[in-house]
Amino acid sequence: MSIELIDIHKAFGPKRILRGVSLTVDEGETVSLVGFSGAGKSVTLKHIAGLLKPDRGTVVVDGLDVPTLSRKDLYVLRLQMGYVFQFAALFDSMTIAENLAMGLRKLEGMSEHDIRDRIKESLDRVELEGFENRYPAELSGGQRKRAGLARAIAYRPKYLLYDEPTSGLDPVTTTVIDRLIMRMKEDLGVTSLVITHDMGSAYKISDRIAMLYEGRVVEVGTPADIQASGSKVVRGFVEGKPEMVEEGAEEQGLSA
Amino acid sequence: MHWTRPFDSIGSGVLSAFGALGVFFGFAAESVRSLADVGTWGPLLVLHMRRIGVDSIPIALFLSTFTGIVLALQASYTFTGAIPLYFVGTLVGKTMILELGPVLTGLALSGRVGANIAAELGTMRVSEQIDALETMAYNPVAYLVVPRILAAILMFPIIVAFGNTLGITAGWITSINVLDMSTEQFVHGLQLFYKPFDITYSMIKATSFGFVIALIGCFQGFHTQGGAEGVGVATTRAVVISGMLILVLDAFWAFTLLQ
Repeated sequence: MSIELIDIHKAFGPKRILRGVSLTVDEGETVSLVGFSGAGKSVTLKHIAGLLKPDRGTVVVDGLDVPTLSRKDLYVLRLQMGYVFQFAALFDSMTIAENLAMGLRKLEGMSEHDIRDRIKESLDRVELEGFENRYPAELSGGQRKRAGLARAIAYRPKYLLYDEPTSGLDPVTTTVIDRLIMRMKEDLGVTSLVITHDMGSAYKISDRIAMLYEGRVVEVGTPADIQASGSKVVRGFVEGKPEMVEEGAEEQGLSA
Repeated sequence: MHWTRPFDSIGSGVLSAFGALGVFFGFAAESVRSLADVGTWGPLLVLHMRRIGVDSIPIALFLSTFTGIVLALQASYTFTGAIPLYFVGTLVGKTMILELGPVLTGLALSGRVGANIAAELGTMRVSEQIDALETMAYNPVAYLVVPRILAAILMFPIIVAFGNTLGITAGWITSINVLDMSTEQFVHGLQLFYKPFDITYSMIKATSFGFVIALIGCFQGFHTQGGAEGVGVATTRAVVISGMLILVLDAFWAFTLLQ
């Protein structure tokens, strides 16, 4: 029950986004993938869910080679994964309950009564009790993110993939989301990969942090390791010093 | 400038056009394959038949009514004295059924239906709702594309049939009230060159126009890139391309079925 990214390369036209990403997320672990905007963090996440296929390399989830799976097998695997989108990606023509019901209807043996119960339980977990009949447009940014998380956990996945769960949120709502991510791990025992560029969140929620730079993972370690990193690229990113990042990239031969 | 530069541009233009065609036919083939996923598109079919079909009837009827009135008046203006007046019925009937009923309705609905589909799917694409469907193990083509195309194929002939009927009725009312014709004269003209195949021809055109409008709208929406601007581009393209294809198909059916 782990996620393995093995030497992933991906280009869109002439633009090479990923240049050999390798990373393992072990069972029950929460790993944050940090990096600059446009570094390819979301592209990496989409490879895990099979939304993109790598040009080279592979992704192994639950022992299955994702890029070579048939559509049927991929759909079975996807029901083991919850995907929390950056802007929630809630279906705006549906109520929150209908949004949550979408994934549940794909599960075998769920009666309408079971679905209703699961929707209520999932909304309770993210503290959105009573929001069943609201539409996404009626929710604030933080509530939408929580509804997106509720939709992702509704079908009790083994893996949770978070794409920038706290971007654009105020500090208090960010803390609420961070706590929810930690609670998902404690309560549901999920294996999680979190894409973020918010180091404060990454330190709080992660067992390990990986830094993506110029399409490669340049450092992986515990939050304490990252804080004490000797890499100028990592320190420059963490401390918000672009000159230090450039200097480190040149020294380590990481420039594009 | 190197002498091969113009050939490079032509070559890359041809390659990109073939690439785009490949993507389009791949999308059409995927739509056909997704027909097998009845469990996904089946429950949505009636909803889209209402949204694409029933909700489009008022605009189609409005268009046909005025087309029928104008056809009757123009026929009478053209025929003055030289041709018996009952030919007004012939011209109104033939023109509505064979040409203006399906084509004008198709062009109007490429704006209403095609633009609506492209904008809706385009917004879903740029806001990652289509990716969200995929992550929840839904085939997005079966969920979003197939029911829209089937609804358009099923509903366009019905809309055009209503439009044809109302257009002819409007022509008849205009004839008996404004042109000093009797109902018998109008009906006589209407029946004069009528062939049952006229209706079949009109329905074949309507079905093909519905298919093209929905397919192009879905394709453009599904392949939207960027944000709001991308949605705007996709919507405009859907209307322009389906409008052009309607006219090309119109000529194609005339060549193949009326010769």
